[in-house]
Amino acid sequence: MINNQINTNPKQNKMAEEKKRGYLDMELLRFTTAGSVDDGKSTLIGRLLFDSKAIFEDQLDAIELSSKRKGEENINLALLTDGLRAEREQGITIDVAYRYFATPKRKFIIADTPGHIQYTRNMVTGASTANLAIILVDARHGVIEQTLRHSFIASLLQIPHVVVCINKMDLVEYSEEKYDAIKQKFMDFAPKFDVQDIHFIPISALNGDNVVKRSDKMPWYDGATLMYTLENVYIGSDQNHFDARFPVQYVVRPQSKEFHDYRGYAGKIEGGIFNVGEEIKVLPSGLNSKIKSIDFFEASLKTAAKPQSVTITLEDDIDISRGDMIVNSNNVPHISQEINLMICWFNEKPLALRGKYGLKHTSKDIKCMVTDITYKMNIDKLEKDFSDKSIQMNDIARISIKTTAPLFYDSYRNNRNTGSVVLIDEGTNETVAAGMII
Amino acid sequence: MEKVIMNHLRELESESIHVIREVAAQFERPALLFSGGKDSIVMFHLARKAFYPAKVPFPLLHIDTGHNFQETLDFRDNLAKETGTELIIKYVQDSIDQGKAVEEKGVNASRNVLQTITLLDAIEDLKLDAAMGGGRRDEEKARAKERFFSHRDEFGQWDPKNQRPELWSLYNGRKNMGEHFRVFPISNWTEMDVWQYILMDNIPIPSLYFTHKRKVFQRDGNWLAAAPFMQLKETEKLIEMDVRCRTIGDITCTGVTLSKANSLEDIIEEIAATRTTERGGRADDKRSEAAMEDRKKEGYF
Repeated sequence: MINNQINTNPKQNKMAEEKKRGYLDMELLRFTTAGSVDDGKSTLIGRLLFDSKAIFEDQLDAIELSSKRKGEENINLALLTDGLRAEREQGITIDVAYRYFATPKRKFIIADTPGHIQYTRNMVTGASTANLAIILVDARHGVIEQTLRHSFIASLLQIPHVVVCINKMDLVEYSEEKYDAIKQKFMDFAPKFDVQDIHFIPISALNGDNVVKRSDKMPWYDGATLMYTLENVYIGSDQNHFDARFPVQYVVRPQSKEFHDYRGYAGKIEGGIFNVGEEIKVLPSGLNSKIKSIDFFEASLKTAAKPQSVTITLEDDIDISRGDMIVNSNNVPHISQEINLMICWFNEKPLALRGKYGLKHTSKDIKCMVTDITYKMNIDKLEKDFSDKSIQMNDIARISIKTTAPLFYDSYRNNRNTGSVVLIDEGTNETVAAGMII
Repeated sequence: MEKVIMNHLRELESESIHVIREVAAQFERPALLFSGGKDSIVMFHLARKAFYPAKVPFPLLHIDTGHNFQETLDFRDNLAKETGTELIIKYVQDSIDQGKAVEEKGVNASRNVLQTITLLDAIEDLKLDAAMGGGRRDEEKARAKERFFSHRDEFGQWDPKNQRPELWSLYNGRKNMGEHFRVFPISNWTEMDVWQYILMDNIPIPSLYFTHKRKVFQRDGNWLAAAPFMQLKETEKLIEMDVRCRTIGDITCTGVTLSKANSLEDIIEEIAATRTTERGGRADDKRSEAAMEDRKKEGYF
């Protein structure tokens, strides 16, 4: 009755094996898009989903029906991503929407976010997990404040790859001069951003030029299409492979006959590689031990790396609990109670200097006090404002905090997972800020 | 000793296991909502991986509409028994008998919506502070807006416009007395990922997902399975066809697909070629454009 009906025909088996390997070869790429309907963002996403067959007939029927009901001539692809009634009614994207599609090479997760300044917090949220950001520029308008804002957020959140799509090329006669001028203008600002890898692609999302298929209207462009870039951009070095970090999430103690003395530390590797037999240090106790085993369900691994979730056992019996961190004994993170960070403020209630907040960092749950507000960032002008210290919703600022217990951290630049925190309002329990440790 | 290759499925798996462990660590009385469908089977498989060699440290909770495929129930009972996991069953029929829920009338009557009442009662009775569900963001547009950790007020309601921002892999499960969380560990999986993963890890599933002969009838373009409590309209006729279930839920609102797929490989091929979503056959979603959003606000899965 419980039946997987495995094929017994050897030829079929071989084919099945090959297909199975096909799935195993796929990589995962998370990317974010920021923009409004006017930038052609929905059209672009619609195009990617369409051409990779990720939009289904029943979804299309449903949005066609509601487009008609609203009296719109064309099918409004924004209705696909705007999932909430309020969003559809107001014709705006309020929240981050996640969309999925796959090609034979990669599976993609899109964090689709609204682009206006009042939605900075949503952009920051979508950017936090992305490997790549698509920044849309309208070829008619060139680099505008919004372009800089999106680029700044990509740089602040340390998204490793940025693809600047210069869209609506069809409306500027597919002009190479226009494209070059915009690219040059962007590169003039680039030193202000901390982005490792920037690509420029001239596209027309509406007509599909250089989105999935190469355009024959821009023979002067010899770079890759957007889809090719998404499928091939090298993400192997996006993760930190050097600094071994293992925040302990949960202590596994079976207390069964078979595993009577088993005491495993469950968690997700947030940096580097761990090997059986390796010397490790446990924080905050500072005690050293050796890795006895790395377990993953019924398998025992010799080695494990970021971002695997595993269970580690140690040679010595030491007291370890949730919130502790296992690290390589020769490579220890920073340990401090005084932390400087860049934050994005999320809440209607402004940030309070000397205010106390809950703080989450890896698997650690503690409290902190805001000891200094250094400056507020004007993200449209890319200028630091040292005089304005009132931090409101959607503002980005540099602050200092003092924590109730030491944090074991890396700079956000070196490790996005051991370098990030969220602040929580102790009264309402709301997540009020995202912080990137400097 | 072996090395695990990090493909997209292993990466999704790792993310989900991390979320499930966070639930066990942050909440006092969590439960895993288990329907016997493929998503809840995968979620339970991930939970077993998360805590192995210890047992899963929370019970399975099934909200039983009474309108099930018998095979799903047998599968559910076996799985709980074999893995030594506590299974709690709450019946929609009890909510109806107690007068808390009122049975829908007419040919399209379904107990699907009534499940919310039974579910919220169960959460209160069992004093659960977190209920894990197999909802996925790719299923439906309101679900695309869900957080991994989704806050519910003391009435079990979801406020989609006022959700907590969720960044990196930091999940904020703080709450006041009486409130609870719904947690969706497989948020980022697609239907295809679920099937590929079932194939990769060779996870047993009910044979309803494979082709079989069944008496069915057509309504609003969907094929529905015949069952004693299903009312047929005059124009509807029962015929026997080769079908399989693409989702398994309440019989009254879960369509079946005409299919000859009899292996996981066949199913994957069929899904790759298909042009409708799996919820396309769910009559419950077709009631209005915001049907899912409205149900979710009330406290649905």
